Amino acid sequence: MRKLTFTSVFSQLLLLLFVIAWIVPTFGLFISSLRDKDVLAISGWWTSFTTTEVNEIYRTKGKEDQIKEGDYYLIKSNLFDENQIKEIYRFGVTSKNIDEYEVGETALFKDKTEITVFENGDYIWKSKEEFKKKKGKRIFVSAKSPPSFTLDNYKEVLLKEGLGQAFLNTFAVALPATLIPLIICSYFAYALTWMKFYGRDLLLATIIASLVVPLQMCLIPVLTIYNDFGALFGVSAKSYPGIWMAHTGFGLASTTFLLWNFLKTLPSEMIEAARVDGATHYDTFIKIVVPLSIPSFASIFILQFLWVWNDLLVGLVFLDKHPSEIILTAKLKELLGSRGENWEILTTGAFVSMTVPLFIFFSLQRYFIRGLVAGSVKG
Amino acid sequence: MSIFSLAITVLIGVLFFVLFFHLSNFLLDYFRVKASKNFAFENSIRVIIFIAPAFIVLFVFIIYPVFETIRLSFYDKIGENFVGLFNYTWAINDPDFKRSIINNLGWLIVVPTLSTFFGLVIANLADRVWWGSIAKSIIFMPMAISFVGAGVIWKFMYDYRGPSDQQIGLLNAVAVALGFEPQAWLTIPIWNNLFLMAIMIWIQTGLALVIFSAALRSIPNETLDAARIDGASELKIFWSIIIPYLEQTILVIWTIITILVLKVFDIIYAMTNGQWQTEVLANLMYDWMFRGGGDSGRGSVLAFCILIGVIPILAWNLYRHKQEQKV
Repeated sequence: MRKLTFTSVFSQLLLLLFVIAWIVPTFGLFISSLRDKDVLAISGWWTSFTTTEVNEIYRTKGKEDQIKEGDYYLIKSNLFDENQIKEIYRFGVTSKNIDEYEVGETALFKDKTEITVFENGDYIWKSKEEFKKKKGKRIFVSAKSPPSFTLDNYKEVLLKEGLGQAFLNTFAVALPATLIPLIICSYFAYALTWMKFYGRDLLLATIIASLVVPLQMCLIPVLTIYNDFGALFGVSAKSYPGIWMAHTGFGLASTTFLLWNFLKTLPSEMIEAARVDGATHYDTFIKIVVPLSIPSFASIFILQFLWVWNDLLVGLVFLDKHPSEIILTAKLKELLGSRGENWEILTTGAFVSMTVPLFIFFSLQRYFIRGLVAGSVKG
Repeated sequence: MSIFSLAITVLIGVLFFVLFFHLSNFLLDYFRVKASKNFAFENSIRVIIFIAPAFIVLFVFIIYPVFETIRLSFYDKIGENFVGLFNYTWAINDPDFKRSIINNLGWLIVVPTLSTFFGLVIANLADRVWWGSIAKSIIFMPMAISFVGAGVIWKFMYDYRGPSDQQIGLLNAVAVALGFEPQAWLTIPIWNNLFLMAIMIWIQTGLALVIFSAALRSIPNETLDAARIDGASELKIFWSIIIPYLEQTILVIWTIITILVLKVFDIIYAMTNGQWQTEVLANLMYDWMFRGGGDSGRGSVLAFCILIGVIPILAWNLYRHKQEQKV
């Protein structure tokens, strides 16, 4: 065991501070997505773990619910909706004195009718004469609301707001947009590493230069090509195959570079021996290089998949915003504009969009980090 | 579309490329057996099969567009009439452009510096406590999240309610608890840029952290132990041994984050869309790409400005690559 020195305690505290600062924003979002939307709009998420005291106004039922029992007309019901779990401890019948009575006591209205309110929200409203008004009376309650969480927001967002469809769409964009560059670039990187041809060094230099070319430099001409294509063939190029190829193009340099970095570490004797034995480059590639490259394929797959999944710009420019094609990030941005104050929708939507990255992150973190480090140390 | 038709679309798309390589190589082998053994010819066909798809994609999506964008920056909004330097003089006199340049410079100074600094400090702290790897995981996690997702997370943090209401954004709740007035953080010019940068720092610190962690392991333990035996304080070791050792790594992380920051778009687009003086080049460029039916001339000038920012890094990378090839 290490001694508890001042430095080590200080280190731990400082690190703890960083960890808290980094986790709190995401944690708050997650907790908020599980809260009831009415509560979410009026109280901070950090209050949701403790029992809170709230003052609320409810309205009793009107004349239609009255029954006659003996000499009295009664209205019996419950103040709360079905799924509310609250505990009333005081109540009142005028706005001037909202906590005049204990639960179980009987309050007197100005019109001489009497009401008794119980802890769980049940009430009995008693009158000697028949109730005549359609509308009930206002009841002021002070209640304790214990912590409660719900999945209602997720149901709402996935089914009604169209995020479920966007979720599927994003998969339909991200899977091919990851696999296609991986296929194309593995052949390409093999050729750059083990085949001799004129212009190889120039091609390699082009890849290295392309690594840092900002996406913005390519948007306008590629968009023009897509529009021309659409005008020429009468089908919109802004569709799934269109965005797959766009992502392939923009991810090609980094995928090739990472693979090339890996392939050149393979022993050249092995490749040459296979060649001498009469294997074609194709055989060598499929039977020797691909099996050896599986771990680096995994790293690159994760990097590119996360990149495509999280991308907004390429999705905005090269995909139509139909419900059948819109991706999660674009949908989320749309919700930010149209439902800016509906935090139950935004927090839940954001969390839905994060589920897949977080799953990959926690299950395959090793490969993710390996890919990032490999990409950075050289790049 | 239903999940089924989406799956079919995906499958066809991927299979197309798998089959292309299989069939073309198969055909090549098939004819090789029939024809005389002309190795040179066979090999050059093989090279073409291997590199053609990637090269075509590279040409269509990167090489051609880069030169075309430079050309378009000298043409009018529909890209047909030559206008000389008109778009450039427009940019220099445009207040939004000036604002963007200033903001981008701010981003370039603040974000890489703080991300690298935090990453370095946290990597060092995490190395010496037993729960370090959990801490690293947590701080690294934002790297997996989209910028838009991060935008929502932080917009919620910065949420503003009037002074009489209960605050639901954490930052304002803290401000009120400390006795200050609640603020609509994202609408206070100049300062709001810092609140947007905080999001990027929150994300990129994780990147710096994992790369530093990997690099720290390469520092020989003997060196550190020797220094400790000689009585050097931890702070002294940090400045005199660790920092010089990581010089190269610091530079690499700095350039990665710099490139990323130069083209920052999603955060601005999702959070403020350039309002309240938070405009940056990438967002302005996107704006001009579509504003009033799109202005390819002005859009291209703005894109070109971003490229100019990365050119030193590009040149440096090429230089290093050349040095490596010589070895």
